[in-house]
Amino acid sequence: MIGQELRCRECSRLFPLEALAVCDFCFGPLEVVYDYEAISALDLTARIENGPRSIWRYRDLLPVQDDDPVDLGAGFTPLVKAVRLGRELGLDDLWIKNDTLNPTGSFKDRVVSVALTAARHLGFKVAACASTGNLANSVAAHAAHIGMDSVVFIPKDLETPKILGTAIYGGNVVAIDGNYDDVNRLCTELAAEMPDWAFVNVNIRTYYAEGSKTLAFEIAEQLGWKAPDHVVVPIASGSQLTKVHKGFGELHKVGLIGEKHVKISGAQAAGCSPVATAFQDGTDFIRPVKPDTIAKSLAIGNPADGWYALEVVKNTGGSIEAVSDDEILEGIELLASTEGIFAETAGGVTIATLRKLAARGAFEPGEQVVALVTGHGLKTLDCLSGRVSVSTVIDPSLESFRKSIQAGEIVFSNPPDTR
Amino acid sequence: MPVSIRIPTQLRSLTANESEITVSANTVGEALRELDQSHPGIGERIFDETGKVRRFVNVFLSDEDVRFLGGLETPVTDGQVISIVPAVAGG
Repeated sequence: MIGQELRCRECSRLFPLEALAVCDFCFGPLEVVYDYEAISALDLTARIENGPRSIWRYRDLLPVQDDDPVDLGAGFTPLVKAVRLGRELGLDDLWIKNDTLNPTGSFKDRVVSVALTAARHLGFKVAACASTGNLANSVAAHAAHIGMDSVVFIPKDLETPKILGTAIYGGNVVAIDGNYDDVNRLCTELAAEMPDWAFVNVNIRTYYAEGSKTLAFEIAEQLGWKAPDHVVVPIASGSQLTKVHKGFGELHKVGLIGEKHVKISGAQAAGCSPVATAFQDGTDFIRPVKPDTIAKSLAIGNPADGWYALEVVKNTGGSIEAVSDDEILEGIELLASTEGIFAETAGGVTIATLRKLAARGAFEPGEQVVALVTGHGLKTLDCLSGRVSVSTVIDPSLESFRKSIQAGEIVFSNPPDTR
Repeated sequence: MPVSIRIPTQLRSLTANESEITVSANTVGEALRELDQSHPGIGERIFDETGKVRRFVNVFLSDEDVRFLGGLETPVTDGQVISIVPAVAGG
């Protein structure tokens, strides 16, 4: 491991590189300390470019090195130039990081691949997590891949595809009669009772969270080793946003990109917007909320890294918006119909926020903007029933089809004579 | 009145490894201060210099975050359980 020790983000106390997530003294989060000087001395560009087409090409900047990591192929997802969506929103250099194309359909594969690789090194026997769904999918899949037992904890009202898409991997799925914050509290207490269980986002969260840095690494590499001007990131716990910011900073520290001020903006659902509310109120106190939104994967009312996410957004000159359930659904439809990318509700939150920010002039003309779309639409299909359907139902005859055209049931956005 | 406080692993070195301590108090805040009296050192771990609960400490009364109740002023009734839980988890 190039990571040397763990340091408390709050009180700076140092700890050995073990299965610790929380400072023993003040309960602050622990961060891996890297030797950036040693990392800079490596031929990083070649090591990365010759590496696997997954997050493990960046292993020198991850907290655990392993020649045979727990890897289903997470990461190195497409960065898509979004010309049509950009035109719609008035942004001339817009990109979508399409993280729907991960092995289990969300960015969680990045963090789980790192977490379970670390868990194996640290000697854990069971993979576990508190999840709003995507993490459960990913933990169950990666555990199955290495034959590790898994026990995932979810709120019982999750979307059916997320429940079935977890259970199919054969591990244990424990549904809790409560919301995510209840599940999380239970898992925090359980982690203390189950010393050989790796709750990826609880007792090995320090390692797990580092996986999200790979989003920044990939974006920079895919843009030709440079950082974009502005990134829009959904906020649940706030960890991803914080780590994306850290990722760009590290690339500069080790000499892979020049110094660049990257603005980071956050996206929340109005039905669960503790960080957006603190941003709008200008306070640094994140008041917990009881979530009520269709964006269940973002429904964390008491976000662990909310404070840090708020700090990053403020320090970089970004912004945070909250969007309604209707706006989320419109966001999903807009992204799909302009770019051919089908996002789950969290992606709808990002796109709706992007739209809101663009409408109020939050982006400078010519700014290169990257929006993170972090989960696949097939995971939250239910929310679309009644909104989209077949265009028409006809008999299998030419006559029926002609009638349908005449009746205007088949709709073209480009008139036929211009095609 | 008697209430029990569930102690997180991080603080058990101060409670001789006990995971639950019973104190006598009328509010959540009183209970936590009482805990500090009987187990010196706990106070500085859960309260910051200004006497507020640290940013990364969550306090629950009967499984409800006290910030949804009356904070440290929340009254406690006989036999209720207070939990001190690290906030850095999840997501």
